[in-house]
Amino acid sequence: MSADAFLDVQAVTKRFGGFQALTAVSLRIRQGERFGLIGPNGSGKTTLINCISGTLHADGGRILFEDRDITTLPAYRRTRLGIARSFQIPKPFTSMTALDNLRIPIEYARAGHHDGVVDEAMGILGQVGLAAKAHVLSAALTQIEMRKLELARAMAARPKLLVSDEAMAGLSSGEVDDILAILFQLNQRGITIIMIEHIMRAVMRFSERIAVLDAGEKIAEGRPEEILANERVERAYLGE
Amino acid sequence: MHGGRFALVAIAVVAAGLLVAKLGFNQYYYFAAYVVLQYVVLATAWNILGGYTGYVNFGTPAFFALGAYTAVVLIKSMKAPLLAQLVAGAAVSGVLGLAIGYLTLRLRGVFFSIATLALAVVLQTMFVNWEYTGGARGFSVARPATAPLVGNYVQFLFVVMLALAVVAVATARWIERSWIGRGLAAIRDNEEAAECMGVPTLRLKLVATTVSGLLMGLAGAPFPYYVTFVEPTSVFDLNYAVNSLAMPMIGGTSTWMGPVVGAVLLGTAQQVATVTISSALNLLLVGVILVAFVILAPEGIVGLVRRLARRGRS
Amino acid sequence: MFSLDLLLNALVAGILLGGFYAAVSLGISIAFGLLDIVNIAHPVFVVLGSYAVYIMNARFAFDPIVTGVLFTPVFYALGVVLYRVYYASFERKGAESLRGLVFFFGVLFIVEVSLLLAFGVDYRLVEARYIGESLHIGPVGLAFRLLVPCAVGVVLTGALYLFLSKTFYGRAIQAVAQDAFALRLMGANPFKVKDVAFGVAMATASLAGALLIMIGPVEPAMNREYIGRVFAVTVLGGMGSVGGTLAAALILGIAESLTATFSGPSWSVAVSFGVLLLALAVRPAGLFGR
Repeated sequence: MSADAFLDVQAVTKRFGGFQALTAVSLRIRQGERFGLIGPNGSGKTTLINCISGTLHADGGRILFEDRDITTLPAYRRTRLGIARSFQIPKPFTSMTALDNLRIPIEYARAGHHDGVVDEAMGILGQVGLAAKAHVLSAALTQIEMRKLELARAMAARPKLLVSDEAMAGLSSGEVDDILAILFQLNQRGITIIMIEHIMRAVMRFSERIAVLDAGEKIAEGRPEEILANERVERAYLGE
Repeated sequence: MHGGRFALVAIAVVAAGLLVAKLGFNQYYYFAAYVVLQYVVLATAWNILGGYTGYVNFGTPAFFALGAYTAVVLIKSMKAPLLAQLVAGAAVSGVLGLAIGYLTLRLRGVFFSIATLALAVVLQTMFVNWEYTGGARGFSVARPATAPLVGNYVQFLFVVMLALAVVAVATARWIERSWIGRGLAAIRDNEEAAECMGVPTLRLKLVATTVSGLLMGLAGAPFPYYVTFVEPTSVFDLNYAVNSLAMPMIGGTSTWMGPVVGAVLLGTAQQVATVTISSALNLLLVGVILVAFVILAPEGIVGLVRRLARRGRS
Repeated sequence: MFSLDLLLNALVAGILLGGFYAAVSLGISIAFGLLDIVNIAHPVFVVLGSYAVYIMNARFAFDPIVTGVLFTPVFYALGVVLYRVYYASFERKGAESLRGLVFFFGVLFIVEVSLLLAFGVDYRLVEARYIGESLHIGPVGLAFRLLVPCAVGVVLTGALYLFLSKTFYGRAIQAVAQDAFALRLMGANPFKVKDVAFGVAMATASLAGALLIMIGPVEPAMNREYIGRVFAVTVLGGMGSVGGTLAAALILGIAESLTATFSGPSWSVAVSFGVLLLALAVRPAGLFGR
């Protein structure tokens, strides 16, 4: 496997009835990379992530993960292969406590025996700052705590590739830095990370490379400073 | 309730049932208790798919009737013993659960529910047209003259149904506490997230529909001996559809105790009521209570009790 | 035993039946197709409409269609009440769809058993001058009891189509299905829009009930046969597409009529089940789907 193609998204297309959500979007992400995905609202970022994670099936194109064609695999299989994602709008398991929310990925996303499930879950909750809320019903958490739980849950799946979908929305500056620190740590442990964010300073600081989507198409890709200087990107965000 | 303690209680319950059967009370009580216990099985079975997994089955009569008619076929074709009828009834209904699940569970939950509604209607039509099992006229079944262990066959059926109820509750309890139960709860709470967290949602849902159907078929298999005359209208009765749904909703859907509480309370109340009010009025009341609970007390009685207990503690 | 005459008559009867099925399904096309509310109680309200027609006809010799039209505001009000209870209890709290589904099942149950208590299990029918007659065009017989409901069904479909595409509320209803937030930005209140929509959906049950009892005698449990039919039609027609509903209803009507003629009438109910499964498996978006 070439180091270039840890995740190889080849010309993925997705339609919803008459609406074209993604048009031939291609990305090649290296193992261990920190990759940013940005674009105005409605540009198709979450749809692309849904196609990668398996929540949606692409209408066209292929997706390869570690040289393996996962285009038609159901989502749970992709998770077991090592892809985990958080949801932009948090989707906690509402009848469970924060701790029990983490039991699901620990018990299902990984093969093999599971000892010390509770300890491990507590550890992860501690990392995102939710240790005190471990036994609180996830439905009773605040919006921000739910976002952190989303990230913790994805972490609990021990992924090789983690997609963080707007995990920092609504957080204070200090909290943004906290999450950023966690993501850097995870990356140092070897986890490839795709970050979708609107908080520009976080994306710019975090990403080694950034891709920009607009109206379902990739309009730019490159290093953060290249993206900042790109006129087409500026126009996409600010309009003509 | 701890595993060991539960097993002890289960054995004690069956032993008590045997004793009650041997004591030979008024036959009516065994008939009535049989119905209540049957509902414990049906409500528990329904809840595995409904309360644990979040998929609503409106077609309980289909699975129940299939269990009953499988027993009829076995009785007519080879005079098979009750045990064989139980196994076959459970197996056939289990397969039906698997089949209907396979056809509809990849779609939204509401289509599964509508399919179960349609299923009951279609199956009833089938049996009305099948002469082998009596068609619309029905089929007479002779109850065996002697019964093992106890005085007469009705008392024996009571013990059998008691044992089946214990089996059903034990199954539900085991599922609830296992990793399967946690997976089902994840599916119920948020299926999309569950799938992305590695839960094989389709497979687990199929397990739930199969087990649920199996238990319902199990409840239906002794029915021919109990009622001695099997015909489509009574075996596909609306009662089964609404009660198997109302009892868990009223008792509480999140734990195995809910359907048991609901079945015992509602079932007993209905047995008492049918003596005094018409069966249709009885059904109407169940409908009203169901709607009231769904709107006002969605956690059911068990949930309410737990909430009050928690408040009392703090 | 196959003959061209038989086939022709079966086809025509199927088309006429289809027009009627459209009338019954329009309510679900709006409630489920556009508002995503799984109102499985809709058919039992159609049956309720039939009984209203029966009473008015038996007591005051009212024409069925007149009664159907007359009771439309009553059913509209019923729909509004039902929606507000549903909204307050479930939609607003974002409760799991399981409970909404069980709620409508409970409502279905209450109405069906109430009808049972009030009228018993006997079939009730309606008398009107034109019902027993038929028109003959060559080898084909057009029974009035099928022709009139079909015609009314088509007219109702047309009226609803105009309502949804030409009036403000109609367009708002179509919009709320896609984007409630944008609707708010345009100054319309999503709750009010859904309120009206559900009322309209339920209102169609009045006229549909009149048509139902014209086609044949009714009894309370009949509603259950129709649940499969109306959802099959709504899904096959493409959720919320009124034109699609009519097309799908015609297809279902023809399929059922052919099955009834050549395999026996008791199997026609199974046809809708099959059609629904087929539609879901092959084209979940329906024929004219969004």
